[in-house]
Amino acid sequence: MKFLFLIWGNLLRKKLRTSLTLLSVFVAFLLFGILCIIYEAFNVGVTMAGADRLIVTHKTSLIMSLPVNYEQRIQRIPGVVDVTHWTWFNGIYQDEPKNFFGSFPVVPEAFFAMHPEYVLPQDQKEAWLRTRTGAIVGDALVQRFGWKIGDRIPLTSPIYPREGGDVWEFEIVGIYSGARPNTDTSGFFFRYDYFDEARAYGKGLVGWYMVRVDHPDNAAQVAAAIDAEFANSPYETKTEPEAAFAQGFVSQMGNIGTILMGVLGAVFFTILLVAGNTMAQSVRERTAELGTLKAIGFTNERVLALVLAESCALACLGGLAGLAAAWLVAQAGSPVPSMLPVFHLPPQYLAIGAGLTVVLGLVTGILPALQAMRLQIAVALRREG
Amino acid sequence: MSDTNGVLVDVRNVEKVFRRGSETVHVLSGLNLQVREGEFLALMGPSGSGKSTLLNLIGGLDRPTSGSVRVGGDQIDQMSDRQLAAWRARHVGFVFQFYNLLPVLSAERNVELPLLLTHLSKAERRRHVDVALKVVGLEHRKRHYPRQMSGGEQQRTGIARAIVTDPTLLLCDEPTGDLDRKSGDEILALLRALNQEHGKTIIMVTHDVHASAQATRTVYLEKGQLSTEKPE
Repeated sequence: MKFLFLIWGNLLRKKLRTSLTLLSVFVAFLLFGILCIIYEAFNVGVTMAGADRLIVTHKTSLIMSLPVNYEQRIQRIPGVVDVTHWTWFNGIYQDEPKNFFGSFPVVPEAFFAMHPEYVLPQDQKEAWLRTRTGAIVGDALVQRFGWKIGDRIPLTSPIYPREGGDVWEFEIVGIYSGARPNTDTSGFFFRYDYFDEARAYGKGLVGWYMVRVDHPDNAAQVAAAIDAEFANSPYETKTEPEAAFAQGFVSQMGNIGTILMGVLGAVFFTILLVAGNTMAQSVRERTAELGTLKAIGFTNERVLALVLAESCALACLGGLAGLAAAWLVAQAGSPVPSMLPVFHLPPQYLAIGAGLTVVLGLVTGILPALQAMRLQIAVALRREG
Repeated sequence: MSDTNGVLVDVRNVEKVFRRGSETVHVLSGLNLQVREGEFLALMGPSGSGKSTLLNLIGGLDRPTSGSVRVGGDQIDQMSDRQLAAWRARHVGFVFQFYNLLPVLSAERNVELPLLLTHLSKAERRRHVDVALKVVGLEHRKRHYPRQMSGGEQQRTGIARAIVTDPTLLLCDEPTGDLDRKSGDEILALLRALNQEHGKTIIMVTHDVHASAQATRTVYLEKGQLSTEKPE
């Protein structure tokens, strides 16, 4: 601690150069934070997936439906604890394509039994059970459109037109929140019984089933049993863990992780050169001063530590400020809620970022620090004259 | 710190050879020098005669090619780099021609630097710094940065830094070489006071006959050899 003033003084020696380097490190870590937010948004389905949950889809494609009576047959398979179904409705608000969001007819009691990550007050749950046209919406969606309980929401669906008219009308009876910060709260859920009765075609069909098994270790065995149950039927199934299903969904958009890593790699390589050059130049300019410090008794190791501490301070100041800014961006919410409904920077990414700042400081400082450490005092002092 | 004969610095048969490419340059050849405790020695000689090299050897900033250097009974040419650093911090104060202050630190912070290597508390360090600055007459300038001070004041700050740990030996390399006559005289008076009133042993490299007149003894270095007679 007693050497802090020396480190701080050296950082302030060339204010413009230090500021520009700090700014470049700041931008790099802000970008790191934002890319982590995007990565998390794409992978939220994977990270939020329950280890004990399976998804049963049509064997051919997710867009093909399954009969609703499969529910009882799945429920009878040993190892199955709960079953419920979802259907992709593709609702559009006010007939504007940009007002698109995830909307699904579900069975309320079974839905909440399967998904404890969605939190709804009890009175609103009861209101939903009482109201056939009732819908519950996530708080992110409420924030996006400024809805409130009691509002009547007209939706159109290019997949499921309503019998006798295009527009579906729902009444908001509840607003759910997420049990965890990265829970997707941009969904719109309404009752399957109302939907099935009023849709123009496709009655008795559902999109896919969610299945909870008694133990994650039994998931593979139960999945095989479900697929065997419906083998050679007109509606054969494909059952897989929820995480694998979500990962497959993300992969359809390309390998997001590799793309983000590529961008980050390029950014950090550039920053390495910028910060490394700053430190090397800074040490070169102070050869005589370093010689003086050694002459008055600073050991080689202490000089090495001083230069490393300086480069770490530079990287940490800029990096932590960048991470803080990324966190603030996440707090402000998604600028494109229809594309990135979950906009959250998990603490583990902040911890990784903080670790990276130290690594960046050490890597950029090590060569100049070694150079300073090896400096011969008599040679360094001669440079002054 | 001195041995039983009162000799503080004992340089024996020291040879220093530098290599410049394929050329070998003998800077010091079989040089002997004894400096008694409490002495103020002026070391004179033409440029390139090896004065600064000898000073560096005595201060443990460099090592002889052969021969021995003992200071206060410690054979410093046998010490490791780490031991030498600790020894310098404890026993030697350096005064440089160009002051060698850190421009980013105030006078008091510059003076405090050698104390960072001790176990003194912050308050104790501050006390020592205040005393050193008072000795050199700069207590009123302690918050000023080197760029805000004259050459003479910067050199006095450099001297305060050299004495703040209360070393026995002060090594001064052309301490007045970058100063005008008036400032130079003030520095010489200060060094003489440190020698006479505070008992510091001083070895001063200088070109200046006027400066050497302040010393209690003057030796001349030419062609790697010492003499008490001024060379022709």
